[in-house]
Amino acid sequence: MHAQLPTVATLPQLLANGQTTTRSVVDTLSAAIESRNPVLNAYLSWDGAEAARWAQEVDAQSVANRPLLAGVPIGIKDVLNVQGQPCGCASLILEKYVSPYDATAVARLRQAGALPFGRLNMDEFAMGSSNENSAYGPARNPWNAGYVTGGSSGGSAAAVAGGMAVAALGTDTGGSIRQPAAFCGCVGLKPSYGRVSRYGLTAFASSLDQIGPLTQSVEDAAILLQVIAGHDPLDSTSLDRPVPDYRAALSGDLAGMRLGLPREYFTDGVDPQVTWAVRAAIEECRKLGAEIVDVDLPHTRYAVATYYIIATAEASANLARFDGVRYGARESGQDPIDSYGRTRARYFGPEVKRRIILGTFVLSSGYYDAYYLRAQKVRTLIRRDFEAAFQQCDALLAPVAPTTAYPLGERVDDPLQMYLGDIFTVTANLAGICGLSVPCGFSDNGLPVGLQVLGPAFREETILRVGHAYEQATDWHHGLPPVCAEDGGQ
Amino acid sequence: MDVRDVAHLARMHITAEEATLFQSQLEHILDHVRDLGELDLDGVEPTAHAVAVQNVFRVDEARPGLPHAQVMANAPQARNGLFMVPRILE
Repeated sequence: MHAQLPTVATLPQLLANGQTTTRSVVDTLSAAIESRNPVLNAYLSWDGAEAARWAQEVDAQSVANRPLLAGVPIGIKDVLNVQGQPCGCASLILEKYVSPYDATAVARLRQAGALPFGRLNMDEFAMGSSNENSAYGPARNPWNAGYVTGGSSGGSAAAVAGGMAVAALGTDTGGSIRQPAAFCGCVGLKPSYGRVSRYGLTAFASSLDQIGPLTQSVEDAAILLQVIAGHDPLDSTSLDRPVPDYRAALSGDLAGMRLGLPREYFTDGVDPQVTWAVRAAIEECRKLGAEIVDVDLPHTRYAVATYYIIATAEASANLARFDGVRYGARESGQDPIDSYGRTRARYFGPEVKRRIILGTFVLSSGYYDAYYLRAQKVRTLIRRDFEAAFQQCDALLAPVAPTTAYPLGERVDDPLQMYLGDIFTVTANLAGICGLSVPCGFSDNGLPVGLQVLGPAFREETILRVGHAYEQATDWHHGLPPVCAEDGGQ
Repeated sequence: MDVRDVAHLARMHITAEEATLFQSQLEHILDHVRDLGELDLDGVEPTAHAVAVQNVFRVDEARPGLPHAQVMANAPQARNGLFMVPRILE
């Protein structure tokens, strides 16, 4: 367990036994944020007084027959709507926006007794892999504040890993939950496309976006998925399929399981320290009873190109809504078109502008077939790669990213280099499958490494079982980042 | 690609410095993207969506929405319950 905050799984018992109170948890949380957030910049805003009031109400209620998340504060990425709170997507264009309604995932947390707490930092509109595209400055890595958190859910990962959140919600369009979880040393789950309702999620790339948890343990990820998963009439892409009991799937062993290693994810381009840690994790899984087989995902080398065509195309359409008419900031102009042009010029950051331009280009007349349609066809090949691989195994083991966290500023001037770091995560979004990131070691310079477990669509119980068994057999997730020790763990 | 033309299509003004920077960065990215040209895609169906959901329809009946005042609360400029925009017709 990180720092002094309990996990989602242990908190109900601690409350029931009288070993802690929700007020005490909220006070610890607020103190940790006060002390560490000036450095880590994980929260864009939070309301400690409201949380304290909520905690007192919860503590006054009977502990009998409580819902699953009674008394649990959950951090929320700034892209998800929480009624009455700001939802700025870390962008100046939504600086003054206040949500008139709850996202379905947030409403389900509330129904389960949780408090959606604070606004977590992110890359602007979830576009980025380092959190450096936030209009409010980057979140910083709890293991070394000179390094990136990863992104785009960098604030969520830094808060959970840095002892400033019991758990958090993030979103993953091309790795935005799994990669920051790996860089910061916490657990991150990207559910299958269609598993969780996106109603109330500010859309980036609609055929790729998913909401998922970032947590201190795999069991916590299972609990939160249980709460947020399932059909929602307000999101017609959420599928009406039964939600299994994810916690019941955590057997602690891997007997009878066959796990595949995609050859294309273990190449010379991967940092040897990442490969070493992931190889050691694979050995651990073998000891836990899994059979390990090699598989091929032959179109992996085309994944980044495919992803950045499709994601930017969808983004250019989704962000057309930010025209300064119904909500958001506005610059006045001679006519509506001039006003849109000035508004978008002034309030979007550089990465958002680059992606809107690229996405508009690949959809434009004369280029659509050569870029967008071609990418959609390659997407079919990438999807088939996974279908074939999952004929041979139950789940795949791989690195989350080719490197550990890198120093702040290292890649900001080279967008392509930043994009290429997404090679092992974008594939799951293109194929619509589920993926989990679990801590599996540290590099020589003390930065976390993540093990990625990929499973077929709607087989979250499988990857959670693998991640949990591995986690129980190792103690990487018990590490305490220096930032928690330096301030005395307050 | 001429980023100025494309930015205009996206209804987004860009400065001369941005145009120069984005032009070189995006050409670099498009060079990488052209690798997709190596693949023979004859007969491959495009994937628009990872799961095969057909159109989903709800019953076409009026249902309560958000209160009007709440919707208008985020408007940058509003009057008499209407969004204000620059004049189009003289």
